[in-house]
Amino acid sequence: MSEPSTTTIPSTLQQTKAALASCLCAVVLQIFLTAPLQAADDYRSVTIAEPYLEMRTGPGKGYPVFHVVDRGEDVDIIKRRTDWFLVRSDRGKEGWVELGEMQLTLQADGQQFDIREPGIEDFTNAKWETGLLAGDFGGANIISLYGGYSLNPNVSIELWGSQILGNFANAWMASVNIVHEAFPEWRVSPYFALGAGAIHTMPKSTIVQGEDRTDQIGHVGVGLRIYATRRFLLRAEYNSYVVFTSRDENEEVEEWKVGFAFFF
Amino acid sequence: MESRFRVLFLIVAMISLSGCAATKNLFGFGDEEAPPPSAEAPGQVIDPEVDRREIKEPAIDREDWEFGAFAGIMSIEDFGTDLSYGLSLAYHVTEGFFVEATAGYSRAGYTSFEVLSGGAELISDDERDLYYYNLSVGYNIMPGEVFIGEGRAYNSSLYVIAGLGSTTFAGDDRFTVVLGAGYRFLLNDAVALHLDFRDHLFDIDIIGEEKTAHNLEATLGVTVFF
Repeated sequence: MSEPSTTTIPSTLQQTKAALASCLCAVVLQIFLTAPLQAADDYRSVTIAEPYLEMRTGPGKGYPVFHVVDRGEDVDIIKRRTDWFLVRSDRGKEGWVELGEMQLTLQADGQQFDIREPGIEDFTNAKWETGLLAGDFGGANIISLYGGYSLNPNVSIELWGSQILGNFANAWMASVNIVHEAFPEWRVSPYFALGAGAIHTMPKSTIVQGEDRTDQIGHVGVGLRIYATRRFLLRAEYNSYVVFTSRDENEEVEEWKVGFAFFF
Repeated sequence: MESRFRVLFLIVAMISLSGCAATKNLFGFGDEEAPPPSAEAPGQVIDPEVDRREIKEPAIDREDWEFGAFAGIMSIEDFGTDLSYGLSLAYHVTEGFFVEATAGYSRAGYTSFEVLSGGAELISDDERDLYYYNLSVGYNIMPGEVFIGEGRAYNSSLYVIAGLGSTTFAGDDRFTVVLGAGYRFLLNDAVALHLDFRDHLFDIDIIGEEKTAHNLEATLGVTVFF
């Protein structure tokens, strides 16, 4: 076991480059020194029920199989990355095993290892979803990031943040949406959205003389959620916005965007 | 006639006996250890009084996130090359795909026009700071191992990455498309070194006509999975 070490950064260093390099070194050192301490943790153990369990050097199908563990032996599950599990055999060999093989092992209570692969049922039932969409907002580019929480398979609440980059103005926009899916179990699931929020517009000083302003917005939209594979889905939507300006007339803006999302 | 009395007698006897059966427990005279009616199969002789073992399985640690810092050089089109550095946060969705948010900083130098004209500045000093963020999707291609010497093997993978974002430079926020490729070298299961090459494309009209600028960035980074 390694002893705890102290990493000192000379206080005389002024330059950011050197400071950054030191920080990186300190991070790396700390990781290396603290890693063995976690070995004492309590891990979940499973018994191999198939003839053997293949261990790979890395968490992916492209990494080579370097060891097999025989039927009847136990392995400890150290951690999980995506759908791969780092396991340690009784003899101390550590390697990565994919979820499909882990499902054939037995837990201490004799039941099968009960972690499923994500599938289309999760597309319908998963609670959380996050994604990135981009497109056109009244002639300007828009980049949007959102996070959603499903109240039930049909209704979810979403929080959106967008940056709009145009020729005459840039803007930030935030909104809260309520999304209703009539057929959440369909692979291509249409939805209807209703939202409200605020937009902060910054006109470009070189072209238009104008001050920054913040206005309230409301919008209605329709879209499609399309299940792709594993945890992924594609999403496309059209929204019609009303910007409640302080001027005489409200502005109306049309927006479309496409992107991808994943649920968890 | 006789049979009628017999029937009557039998009915009276049944009522009184059943009355006894119903009331005997009321006064505590009855058999106290009367077995309750059992729904079990008649063949079951032994009632196993063993509770099912309650096993609390320890939770499995998930390490799908990768956080890191990087530093390198960025060549800003027409404005020379300077140090760049930043932070990245990635989430690994599957063994192949990951999504990444990156934020970075670099600083522009002087265009050749500014140098030759001797003092005429196209943009102010503050506007030479370049900040960017982008949201990208990456895909790991060619996962494999690197062998160093005889007894050491390290996991590695090449990845391609594409994203969208914004670059604040020369007094404007510019819609930016990022394309790139990188190399991930895993020191162990939790720490990785990265070598990244990315092209940041955005439109700029500082030099006169509007054009799409290619701003190439090469960085070295360290990331930690958690």
